[in-house]
Amino acid sequence: MTTPTPHSPLAGPADYLDQRTGIGNAVKGFARKVFPDHWSFMLGEIALYSFVVLLISGFFLTMFFVPSMALVTYHGPIDSMDGQLMSEAFASTLKISFEVRGGLLMRQVHHWAALLFMASIVTHMMRVFFTGAFRKPRELNWLVGFVLMILGLLAGFTGYSLPDDVLSGNGLRITDGVVKSIPILGSYLSYFIFGGEFPGEDIIPRLFALHVMVVPALILSLIALHLLFVVLHKHTQYPGGGRTDKNVVGFPLFPVYVAKAGGFFFVVFGVLALMGGVMSINNVWSYGPYDPSPVGAGAQPDWYMLFLEGSLRLMPGQPEFVIAGFTLSLNVLIPAVVIPGLLFSALALYPFIEARVTADKAEHHVLDRPRNVPTRTGIGVAIIVAFVILAVAGSNDLVATHFAMSLNAITWALRVLFFVGPVVAFIVTKRICLALQRKDRELVLHGHETGKIVRFANGEYIEVHKPVNEEERWLRVNYAAHRPLEIEPAEDARGVRRKGYKADRRWQKLSSFFYEDRVEPVRPSELHSADEHGELESGTQQPALER
Amino acid sequence: MSDREVTTTSSSEDRFVDPGLPPHKSRMGDTDPRAAKRSEMQVVILFVISIVGTIGSLLAYFLVVPDGDVASVRNANLALGVTLFLSLMGIGLAAIHWAKTLMSDHEVAEERHPMASDAETRAAALGKLQDGAKDSNIARRTVLKGSVVTAVGLFPLTIAVPLIGSVGGDWDVSKFKHTLWEKGKRLTTDPAGRPVKASDVTIGSVVQIIPEASEEERSGHSWITEKAKAVVMLVRMDPADLKESEDRKGWSYNGIVAYSKICTHVGCPVALYEQQTHHVLCPCHQSTFDVSDGAKVVFGPAKRPLPQLPIAVDNEGYLVAQDDFNEPVGPSYWERLK
Repeated sequence: MTTPTPHSPLAGPADYLDQRTGIGNAVKGFARKVFPDHWSFMLGEIALYSFVVLLISGFFLTMFFVPSMALVTYHGPIDSMDGQLMSEAFASTLKISFEVRGGLLMRQVHHWAALLFMASIVTHMMRVFFTGAFRKPRELNWLVGFVLMILGLLAGFTGYSLPDDVLSGNGLRITDGVVKSIPILGSYLSYFIFGGEFPGEDIIPRLFALHVMVVPALILSLIALHLLFVVLHKHTQYPGGGRTDKNVVGFPLFPVYVAKAGGFFFVVFGVLALMGGVMSINNVWSYGPYDPSPVGAGAQPDWYMLFLEGSLRLMPGQPEFVIAGFTLSLNVLIPAVVIPGLLFSALALYPFIEARVTADKAEHHVLDRPRNVPTRTGIGVAIIVAFVILAVAGSNDLVATHFAMSLNAITWALRVLFFVGPVVAFIVTKRICLALQRKDRELVLHGHETGKIVRFANGEYIEVHKPVNEEERWLRVNYAAHRPLEIEPAEDARGVRRKGYKADRRWQKLSSFFYEDRVEPVRPSELHSADEHGELESGTQQPALER
Repeated sequence: MSDREVTTTSSSEDRFVDPGLPPHKSRMGDTDPRAAKRSEMQVVILFVISIVGTIGSLLAYFLVVPDGDVASVRNANLALGVTLFLSLMGIGLAAIHWAKTLMSDHEVAEERHPMASDAETRAAALGKLQDGAKDSNIARRTVLKGSVVTAVGLFPLTIAVPLIGSVGGDWDVSKFKHTLWEKGKRLTTDPAGRPVKASDVTIGSVVQIIPEASEEERSGHSWITEKAKAVVMLVRMDPADLKESEDRKGWSYNGIVAYSKICTHVGCPVALYEQQTHHVLCPCHQSTFDVSDGAKVVFGPAKRPLPQLPIAVDNEGYLVAQDDFNEPVGPSYWERLK
């Protein structure tokens, strides 16, 4: 799509469009825009494409779904439910599954796409976190992505409940219980959501409006903002020769990424179609319509809600207190509101905290190798471990039945693990990162082992090392090992106490936590002195020194 | 334990130099026209697979017609899903293979510029804002400033107040305290609605109970909300196993006890009853209650026992409620004891 020649059949339409929109400027700027290439950059793409699949399959479903809790008597292909009273929402879900051609496929594709949407958002977030892609100038885009993740949870939650089956109805009932635990406002918030007492007759139409209008509109506009930021900032790139904070190295949008990314959309959609075709999900007809009395054991929410479920399951019941006649249900409030609140706040604020303790004001476009920022990597793994432990706790009954273990013992073990696991994960991860950094130093200074053993005339054996080449060395030495903050003393020259010293001191302590342990990259002078020891192939023949 | 490496004072020159982009490695198709031709054929074959998939999908639509039962719907679903997969995957893989083998793979470098606008632009932008503020003359007109903020701040109330007024129904949250149970109301089975004779309940059995209601009431629109509070679990055990507190001595009948089925944690229906231990478990979060001992919590995240429904027997031998629950059922909320 460069300027069409007069002979091109596109010349006419292009000229027409440009005279009315000036689109030539945009095409000139965007058509050959450069994007770097790496598999991990496709995680965000998967999220985008599964959202498009959600819109397509979701549109199909809205053509047939009836968001109403009015009761109807079922007469349809499922004999076991003939004559049963159920909401129109549930009846229309059955109709979509059994009477609309391709309806079951679209329902299953929609559900799988929702799971993939959340999974790709979370893994994309991990990639951004561990590579430091959230650093200046991208902090705001991290926040946009964070809000998108929350909206994704909301979209999943509102959609999950729409079929009005037993499983999702109990999910709503849990929501009601959690909302009621909120001090002072709880009962009123429950009425606000359900239009009266649970379950009432309003919740399905309300969730439907949120699910098909409000939440997708917000997601769509924030995706636009997210991508606008990517264009403004230009994509980050992994470190390597010739890749700096002042350039972007990769392939042009047109034609390479039009083909690759466009093709990848079809791959994602194709995989989801296959999943919808061969893997059944949420067979609501086997659960039946919502009824407040029955509930099945082994019921699981969708994976992205498991951590909340697990958090509720792990909390012991004791901390419910009555204060001056008012009931404070900390046994619900802590696991369902406080813990997720802390986890999410930590995620949202992390870029700002790290920037503060690093005192780093520069723009960063070259990504970090996770090992080069051991504390960040450790924190990231600790958060993932906490999340996974809660998710396992959310399936503790399945763990118990599959492995024939005591449910109570599993619960107790997970209670302990929730506190111990993240700490251990942090320490181990940080140590592994530091060890990898030392290994990098070792390689740069002493080269690769070759397996070649040389025997000297005096009978001494050594192994010859092969020096790393320039590119490999650059990869291993091109990083900054940050140091803890240095702050001004508590008192100035005249002995007057400085305002803000205490706050500075706290930041300094946090900064020490981040950067006290560090491994500096090799400098050329160190390499020269190592060379002089001569353990490299090119050097004189002397044994390597143990470091 | 120190990870600080001993470093000499760093001079700015003591840094390695960026070796620059690695040399380009050419692909087979770049040098051998036959390899390029082969790649082209592979791309064409992938597109053809997609076309075949689409045709197959139409065939599946017209030929694999489900007759309504679950198995036939599954088969039709499988046929449609697999052909849709081929149709999409063919296009996707073809485009990617094309890009990877036939399109130029020479990396290009593009310059980046700092995000911030330069000082001159900033000054100009600030100047424009100041000019605008001056033109509006707002600075000296404090009353005007106050009124515009107030007016714009207040107008959403015109929409918010009617919305909030109706969004919570009648906002009467005292309804949590009452259920359909009342003195003399018969206990009936869920969902059939048959009254239960005390003599028919055998030791060790457990019955799901709803309050007696006409067929009409049970298909009415408020039934599900009432049922969500009123469901009860009836258990009969050997009276010798039953520990009863003084004030609840008269609440059971011949070892038959009735407890609310709504978990006091977050409101799931408790379900799994273990005959040997008399424990009942909530399958959602595994709160465990001891039915033989006032439904006290023995494990899990719930704090309070399940509320007990006081029961008796009417003159025909059917189980009836003595009264409503003496406390709100279900999860805790701020003013539940008020």
